[in-house]
This record gives sequence, structure tokens and C-alpha cells, in this order.
Amino acid sequence: MKYVDEYRDGKMARHIAEKINQSVKPDKTYHFMEFCGGHTHAIFRYGIPDLLPKNVKMIHGPGCPVCILPIPRIDAAIELAEKHQVILCSYGDMMRVPGSKRRSLLKAKADGADIRMVYSCADALAIAKDNPDKQVVFFAIGFETTTPPTALIIQQAQKQQVNNFSVFCNHVLTPSAITTILESPEVRDMGVVPLDGFIGPAHVSTVIGSQPYEYFAEEYQKPVVIAGFEPLDVLQAILMLIEQVNAGKAEVENEFTRAVTDQGNIKAKHLVADIFEMRAEFEWRGLGLVPYSGLRIKPAYQDYDAEKRFPLTQSQGTDHKACECPKILRGVKTPKDCKLFGTKCTPDNPIGSCMVSSEGACAAYYSYGRHLQSDKA
Amino acid sequence: MCLAIPVKVEEILEDDMAVVNIGGVKKEISVALIDDLNIGDYVIMHVGYALNKIDPEEAENTLSLFKEMGVLEQALADHGVQ
Amino acid sequence: MVHGAGGKAMSQLIDQLFVSKFDNDILTQQNDQAFLTVPNNKIVMATDNHVISPLFFPGGDIGALSIHGTVNDVVMSGAMPLYISCAFILEEGYPLAELDKICQSMAKAAQQANVRIVTGDTKVVEKGHGDGVFINTTGIGVITDGIERGADKVNVGDKIIVSGTLGDHGVAIMSLRENLTFETTIESDSQALDDLVANMVSQVPEISCMRDPTRGGIAATMNEIAQQANVGIQLYEDDIPVKAQVKSACEFLGLDPLYVANEGKLVAFCPADKAVALLEIMQAHPQGQDAAIIGEVFEDSNNFVQLATSFGGMRMVDWINGEQLPRIC
Repeated sequence: MKYVDEYRDGKMARHIAEKINQSVKPDKTYHFMEFCGGHTHAIFRYGIPDLLPKNVKMIHGPGCPVCILPIPRIDAAIELAEKHQVILCSYGDMMRVPGSKRRSLLKAKADGADIRMVYSCADALAIAKDNPDKQVVFFAIGFETTTPPTALIIQQAQKQQVNNFSVFCNHVLTPSAITTILESPEVRDMGVVPLDGFIGPAHVSTVIGSQPYEYFAEEYQKPVVIAGFEPLDVLQAILMLIEQVNAGKAEVENEFTRAVTDQGNIKAKHLVADIFEMRAEFEWRGLGLVPYSGLRIKPAYQDYDAEKRFPLTQSQGTDHKACECPKILRGVKTPKDCKLFGTKCTPDNPIGSCMVSSEGACAAYYSYGRHLQSDKA
Repeated sequence: MCLAIPVKVEEILEDDMAVVNIGGVKKEISVALIDDLNIGDYVIMHVGYALNKIDPEEAENTLSLFKEMGVLEQALADHGVQ
Repeated sequence: MVHGAGGKAMSQLIDQLFVSKFDNDILTQQNDQAFLTVPNNKIVMATDNHVISPLFFPGGDIGALSIHGTVNDVVMSGAMPLYISCAFILEEGYPLAELDKICQSMAKAAQQANVRIVTGDTKVVEKGHGDGVFINTTGIGVITDGIERGADKVNVGDKIIVSGTLGDHGVAIMSLRENLTFETTIESDSQALDDLVANMVSQVPEISCMRDPTRGGIAATMNEIAQQANVGIQLYEDDIPVKAQVKSACEFLGLDPLYVANEGKLVAFCPADKAVALLEIMQAHPQGQDAAIIGEVFEDSNNFVQLATSFGGMRMVDWINGEQLPRIC
């Protein structure tokens, strides 16, 4: 596959890894956070930690919109389907995530709720048109990459007067989350891990551009390298970060130039600004309340806002006491440090947010990294 | 996050839709977020929407960047050592 | 449909569709039971319920699948398949024309696999209580070479050979699934493997175990066998045959081909010194043209299944619960 296979070449990977080995200063430990769950997934799937020198450590960030969705929001989605009898359309990722009492969309579906998995939000709008006498709600999740499609269907719903359709909006924003990691008092209390730089998200950046990251580089004096999702992109970005750290630089660099520009997709940004506005704060599972990190539908489109259309209960679901996700998301602890990891908490039976999605740090480590325990290894 | 994949535009349809080729598999997706689209362009597809065009020149540049010599090899080359 | 309650209408249905399509001397006796002559060897029996949706898909239908699936379960032991029973649960109102197509399909599949459908049953349930058609097939075969094969016979050092490309059935079905439409020329690989297996075991009797990976893909099968045999398994990503379109479809849906369903493939375990010979025998057969040696068995008390990736690293092929769902993240 073009623009994919060339960026997965094993031989080239070893060449870049060799360059990394030559670049690191032997007396320094480098800590880099890959913000995005897709990068976490790629790092484990391709065994990148095996290629890095011992003094380069990757810390897995909270950029997984599935992992950070708090239990009350999942409960609300289930409530829409069960109590309000809507046809609830959801991306596959959310189907197995447990809310309160270990109930998930998949379980609710098995119990009779009309919950349908869709690949695209456009399918949800089509379902609404095909079922004019039922209410249809689209369960919207995702970062800035996934938001423009949702904006488009709300716009279309209004133009075409599809009045049995609404959106339950849980879109979140990347920059605010990065700020929280660097800034919040809890991080200071729990113990800060020195972060030397960030690998910036790939596809979020195709939409928002590289410009928003300049704030972090400047304010916190940390280099940011925006990287594509393929393993060679990630390795190259790590090399670029090491070189910046060595040179004492704190700039925004773009490794993913084939898809990311300074300004991003202006059309998409304008459309999102048209339809959505920022919530003052939004709860992130594992991080608590994060200011200006979530979007809601503007009043002009409130007819398509499921939260305005349906009265929803505010459930009080909380996470397990022994769950270390809050610390893992900030890079203070690793999955192995959590007592529940691999025993009570597994991908089949996820307890905390890091295990819930296949991209969470714990899930990625469990599924891809456990082989290190085997007799053979 | 954001599972997205480069796909080739094969046919441009009405209503901001296009048929794309994903390594032999064909799919109709929305191109409402893209301006100036041509057949043969590659776009990044996410949840059935094209988000951006891929710049073929930059793609080549990145591949060249990967191939560059490391600091050691460069130093050796600078000193005329193979 | 008033057919479920016995009586004249039921008799007519059975006559028209089933007996005439599955025509053989045992079935035409129309007893409630079948008298079977079985050679004096160990008998193998397998049963399967088929509850798939959609009922018709590129490359097959539930009828053919129900025969192929049970024949394959029987022949994976190395047995020669002989007889099949089939029981239908039909949803009231299911079009007879469609049922006719399904029966024709079953008859053809049975004939190709040299098995006779010798007994069966039909029940009709109220509309809304079924998915159109549910089929149970049970198969009987005999072990002709006296060798009992299975996971418990797998040894450390055995090589693992797959008979062809993986993930075809799952991708073919997925392209029809509501809200997941895409155009592909991939068809289901649903087929009975009796002839291929007969060739394999007659020429390489040292085969220790065979299994056909279905739901859950080859990942599920490898994990099952690793646990049952108490061994570890090492696979090589570069050697695993996957069609380009299957790879692409999995790529944009966020699926791993190792976990995608198959319906006409098998994996065989045999001693390392017989592997190349077995591979050649399989490749010479029309059902094994894309066969490949994909891994080996090693000692591992953790029973891990590991994959040496094309990229040059190593990762786990974990045993997941439930179906792999497409993802956007």
C-alpha cells in the first residue's frame, strides 16, 4: 500500500535506530511522551522499545479518546438507548467499554437496546433518514481528527431537516490535555517525571496544523516533533527530539510533512468553529476536570444536541481504588506498577481507562509486550 | 487515536463524494473537507471522510530524511573515511 | 407457515425440498432414524450449529457452510467423512425459494465431499424468533489408518503449515455488513477439505494435529492448541499468506488478519523433517496452492503464541474474547 509500506521498512528502521544510538549522550536519560494512543499502539505493535537504547524512555500519554471518556458519559449513552429507546449509533471502539456496574453498549444491545455500530457518522444520519419515526442519536467521540466529520453531519442534518437526529457530543481537545499534564497541581503532588519532549499526534495535526504546539515549546521549553503513525515516522521523530534536546532547543518540528502543514485544514477548522464551542471544563477519566478541553454543540444547532433533547441522569460512577491509571496517564507509573495489571485488569475484563481501549498504555503493553516473560525470550 | 489511512482518489462524484481505492478495496467516501481534488490524488481517510491531501514531494523528502547518514557516519565521511 | 406441527403440510415440505435434493438410498426410506453401515474402525463424530448472518454471501451460503464446516471438523482428525445429519430451525415466513437455494447448495456440497445426508429434522418458529434459518449439522467419519491425531500429539519442534490465505471469509462477510460497505472482489473461502486431508495423511502419516481456523481466526486456533498441547508457538509474519485486499480492508477497519474468520483453511502440525515434503504435497493440490510453513512449536510453560514481525521485532498474538470490532482510534 502506497504511503504506508515504505514507512514500515525493517531495514530502514535499523538504520534510524543506529542513528539514534549514535546521537544519545551516554550519561543522560531522555524521557519522551507520545501523546497519542495511535503512537502508543504503533510503538508496541512494531516493537520499537526493543530498537531504542536503554536511556531513551517512552512515556505513554492520555491521547486515547476512548480511554478518557468518564463512566457517567458511557452511562448516559446506555440510558439514551435503554430509557429513551433511541437508535444509538456508535463507533466500534466504544462498544465494549464498561460503564457503571460493568455494563457496556454491547451488553445493553444483548439485553435488547437498539444499538448499532457504524464505521462513519454519515451512516448514523442515513439511519435517521431510514427510520423517520424513531429518534436516532450519534454517540460522538474523538479528538480534533474525528470532530470535522461530526460537524458535517450536524450541518447536513439541519440543511435537510432530519429532525429525528441528534448528536451526543464528547469531542475533546489535544492542546488542553497536554497543558494539564505539564501544569496541574496533582502532577506536582504525585511526583513529576521529567519530560524532555513530546511526539505530537499525527492526524490531529493534519486538521489543526503544527502552529498550536508552538505555545508548549515556548512556554514550557520542551521540543515537540509531530510524527506520522508509521514506525519509521516514530523512530525519526525520536531522533529529531534527541537532537533538539542535545542542542538545548525547544522548537516545534514537523516529521509528518507529507500530511501536516503549519495551518492544517482551514476548511475543517472553520466548520468545527461554526458548529461547536468549548465547554468551560470536561471530565477526563484518570485526569479529572480539565479546563477548555471539551466541545459542545452551539446554541444555533441545539436542535441536534442530544443533551438538550433528552433529560439525562448524572451518574456518579467512579473508578476502582487500586487503579493506577491517573498516574500511568501522567507517566508517573508504568502498567507493571499497577497491582491490578494482568490479574484483575485484563483486556477481556478492563477495570481502568488504560486497559479499556486497545490503544491505552496498559492494553498495548498487555497485548504486545507480555512475551518478554516467556521462557523463550 | 485516529485510525486513518492514505487512499487513492479514483472517481469524483456529486455531492462532495468520491470513490477511493484502498490497496484494491474500493469505497465511497466524503471529500467535503478537501478543496482542489483531482483523480489520482492521495488523501488521508478517517471514518469515511478525506481529511487532507498527501503531498507526494514531501513524502519523498521524508523518505530521503530517513536515509540520511547518522552523526558518526557523517563525521567519518567528513574526514574522508569510508 | 403451518409446517412445524407435523402432518401433511410438513410431509410435503420435507418431500419437496429435502428428500429430493439430498437424494440417497438411506434418506428415501423416510424413517425417523438412519441405519448406517460403518467399517470396523474408530468412529469420529462432530457437530456444529450454523447461525450466521447474512445467509448468502460472496462465495457461499449457510447451506454450503453447514456441510463444509462439519465435514472439516470430522476430517481434521484424519478421518474419512461418511454421513451427515441436518436439522433446521426455520423462521415462519422465510421464503421457500430461498430455502430451495440453500438445500441445493447443501446437496452440492455433500456430493463434492462424498458424504450422504441421511437423517434430519425441521422445526418452524414464530416470526422474530430466529434469523431466517438456523442449521445444525452432525457428521460421522472413520479413522482408516488407525492414527488418532489431536493437540495432545503436538511436539516441541513441530512445524506449522497453513493451507492457504487467511482472512478471506471474514472480509467477504464484512463487506456485506450493515454500515460497513466497501467493494471487494474477495470471496469466502468456504470449502470442504476432505480431499486435501486424505492426500496429506496418506503421504505424511506423521502429521500430529490438524485444525481448521474459523471464528477468531488463526490466532484463536494457535492459542487453543498451545494451551491444549502445553507448548509455545512462534509464527513468522512474513510467511503468513494474506491476500492484498484482505490486508487493505483490515488496515482501514483497524483489524488484525490473524483474528479474522476463515471457512476453508487448515493448519497442520508435523515433525520438522517432514515439513517440506508435506508443504509440497499440499501445494500440489488445488485446495493448498497457497500453502506455507508459518511457524513452529517450542517449549513454553506460559503457552504464549508469538509473532516475529515483518518489522523485525517480536510481539504476542493474544487470545481475545469475543469478535474483533472495527475501530476508529
